[in-house]
Amino acid sequence: MLSNYEKELLVKIWDKMTPVAEDIGSEALLRMFTTFPKTKTYFAHLDISPRSEHLRSHGKKIVLAIAEGARNINNLATTLAPLSRFHAYQLRIHPTNFKLLNHCMLVTLACHMGDEFCPVAHAAMDKFLSAFSAVLSEKYR
Amino acid sequence: MVEWTEFERSTIADIFSKLNYDVAGSNALARCLVVYPWTQRYFGKFGNLYNAAAIMGNPMVAAHGTVVLHGLDKAVKNMDDIKATYAELSVLHSEKLHVDPDNFKLLADCLTIVVASQMGSAFTPQVQAALQKFLAVVVSSLGRQYH
Repeated sequence: MLSNYEKELLVKIWDKMTPVAEDIGSEALLRMFTTFPKTKTYFAHLDISPRSEHLRSHGKKIVLAIAEGARNINNLATTLAPLSRFHAYQLRIHPTNFKLLNHCMLVTLACHMGDEFCPVAHAAMDKFLSAFSAVLSEKYR
Repeated sequence: MVEWTEFERSTIADIFSKLNYDVAGSNALARCLVVYPWTQRYFGKFGNLYNAAAIMGNPMVAAHGTVVLHGLDKAVKNMDDIKATYAELSVLHSEKLHVDPDNFKLLADCLTIVVASQMGSAFTPQVQAALQKFLAVVVSSLGRQYH
């Protein structure tokens, strides 16, 4: 459950991240590919080397989608319905991978925000990303 | 190296000696595609996987299930060095097939269910533990060459 304070905090954080979506997104992805090599199996069709165009544009897409979710946090299921269908019927990424990207996203935010990524912010972000992933994998079966 | 008790060795040998590789293999793979639909992503060329009936009756799925079971047989015959036995297969699954290794566990679970339904009450907790330990080693070995 997210309190109103947490929801506002999340919007604030993602508003700050939106202008640097490419940096944040590509970093989170790169951390994930490096720490959990098996996640690369889903990207055999792209060039995901550091600083590659594909990595940056894909990272940007992900961060912008998450930011959009934060702005519509009371309507996640509706807002994410197209993405949810996409993940279930086309991408079919094994659901354990969501946790891995979420974790790397938290790490990326911690690196960029330092002390500002305090325990309260961390908890709110973790809860939000878990809820976000749950919606994305909702239509899997 | 993995330590196997006498009970575990004889249990694994016994289970696989009684398995019809064609039936169990196709059953396990089809089950995996039905229960965990996202695994279908690796079988785009297999034709009709539209619903459970189509999957269970799909001849390409059946044939591939047999291939998988024969692959497992290698481990049954080399229990003392499953890691080395699967080195090449691991590379194949990671570099060529790009399979997320988390899916290996799902197929292993489905095979366990297939064996259980076949053995009935003979599939005691101890027998289950032995099979699951064996399959866990297989799954881990297949996932070793991912980098």
